[in-house]
Parts: sequence; structure tokens; C-alpha cells
Amino acid sequence: MMILFLITAFVAIAASILAITRTNAVHALLNLIVSFIAIAIILFLLGAPFIAALEVVVYAGAIMVLFIFVIMMLNVGAETEEKKSKWLSPKIWIGPAILSLVLFLELTYVVLSESEILLQSSQITPKEVGISLFTQYILGIELVAIMLMAGIIGAYHISRVKRKVKHRFLKEE
Amino acid sequence: MSQIPVHYAMLLAAILFAIGLIGVLSRRNIILMLMSVEIMLNAAGLAFIIAGSRWLQPDGQVMFIFILAMAAAEVSVGLALIVQMYQQHKTLDVNSINKMKG
Repeated sequence: MMILFLITAFVAIAASILAITRTNAVHALLNLIVSFIAIAIILFLLGAPFIAALEVVVYAGAIMVLFIFVIMMLNVGAETEEKKSKWLSPKIWIGPAILSLVLFLELTYVVLSESEILLQSSQITPKEVGISLFTQYILGIELVAIMLMAGIIGAYHISRVKRKVKHRFLKEE
Repeated sequence: MSQIPVHYAMLLAAILFAIGLIGVLSRRNIILMLMSVEIMLNAAGLAFIIAGSRWLQPDGQVMFIFILAMAAAEVSVGLALIVQMYQQHKTLDVNSINKMKG
């Protein structure tokens, strides 16, 4: 258990350092996803399996896809076309791939020896979290819902392209 | 939590937070700054989970869900701002847009 934690912590720190030192945003994103998955495994080892799943789904899934969409939309740099052949060079993906492989082996070990590791750790079940969320923190969850709504509307409003031409008959030539 | 010492896990959260902070302070590409903010938020959430599993209370996980929703809203607004910034200034460098209008 302890050695699993240490390996995963090393992977998380290494992936985070790699993520903030890359010059290319997509390469940083690859390392950042590995870092999030490593943190998810740490959460799993700490006895929060529901939160670990949420971390993978929301952080490594949704938020990273949002980043990828924006990087694709911006299409930074006019030299992107020239770099297209270099995109899949092994130098780029070998770092995140090795770190992911470490995490995968670790997860395989955890799943195969489920009876020894998971039952020992004192878990907080999703049921307790849900009960606490919807009784004690009901005001908080409502405020979070309002904040997400404000985030959606704000994102739409900010990223809207301002129309220069009001009407086709009023077009200024 | 019985096997993993609390101070090791808290140390990990602190290191991750420091990495994110260094990223925000040192990088000048705004997309990478936003990613560093994500690392910092993640480290804060990890600290909540550690504390929650130390005292066997579900409150830590509740706080993590709040942080998760906050990060999602923050990223959506931040990326919309980045798109708008790139359309108007054609750059992602935060040093080049240090003038406020009005």
C-alpha cells in the first residue's frame, strides 16, 4: 500500500513537472492528463473510489477536452502545417506513455489483489457522501449549480463573436 | 488511510501545489498558466480528501465535488477569455496585453 502510494506520488510529481516545462501546449496537456490519472489513483488508495472516478471523468475527460478544443480552435502558429510530420515522433509521447504504463501496472496489481488492499482501507462510501451532500450541504450544492449556470452563460457571452454587420441592407461597403 | 501516513500525503499535495504555483509564476503562455491553475486546484482537492479520510468524514469529498464544479466553471470562462484574447490581439503572451482599456 505504502509502496503503491510512493510510486504514484512520484508519477504525479514527475508528470506535473513535465507538464509545466513543455513549450508546446499539446505536449503539456498529455503530461497533465497523466498527472490527473495519477492523482485519481492516489484518491483511490486513500479510500475515495467515487471521487477517483469523478476525477478521471471530469478532469482528465471533460476539462482536458475543453483545453484541446480551444488549442485546436486557436491553431497557434502559422508553422503548424510544417510540424505535422513531427507530431507523432516518439520523443514526444514516450514520457507520458512510460508514466501511464507505470500507473497501468499498478492498477492491475491493485485490481488483482483486491481482497487484500481494498478491504483493509477504510473507505467512505458514495452513499455517505451523497447523504451529506443533499442534507448538510444542500445550500452549497444549490450555489454550485447557480455558479455553473453563470459559468455557461458567461462563457457563451464572452466568446461570442461581435457582429460587425447589422443587416444585409445596412452593410457598409 | 491506515497504511498511508497523513504527512506523506499532505506533503504530496503541497508539492503539487508548489509545482502549480511555479508554473503560474514562471510561464507566460496563458494556456499553460491555466493548466497550472488546474494543478493547484487539484492539489487543494487532494488535501481535502486526505483530511476527510483521516477523520473518516464525508465532508472532504463533498468539498472536492465543489472544487470540481468550480474548476469546470473557471476553465470554461477562462478558455472563452483566451479565445477572445487571441481573436483581438493574435497572441497568447500575457506580457503583451498588460494595457487595460478604459
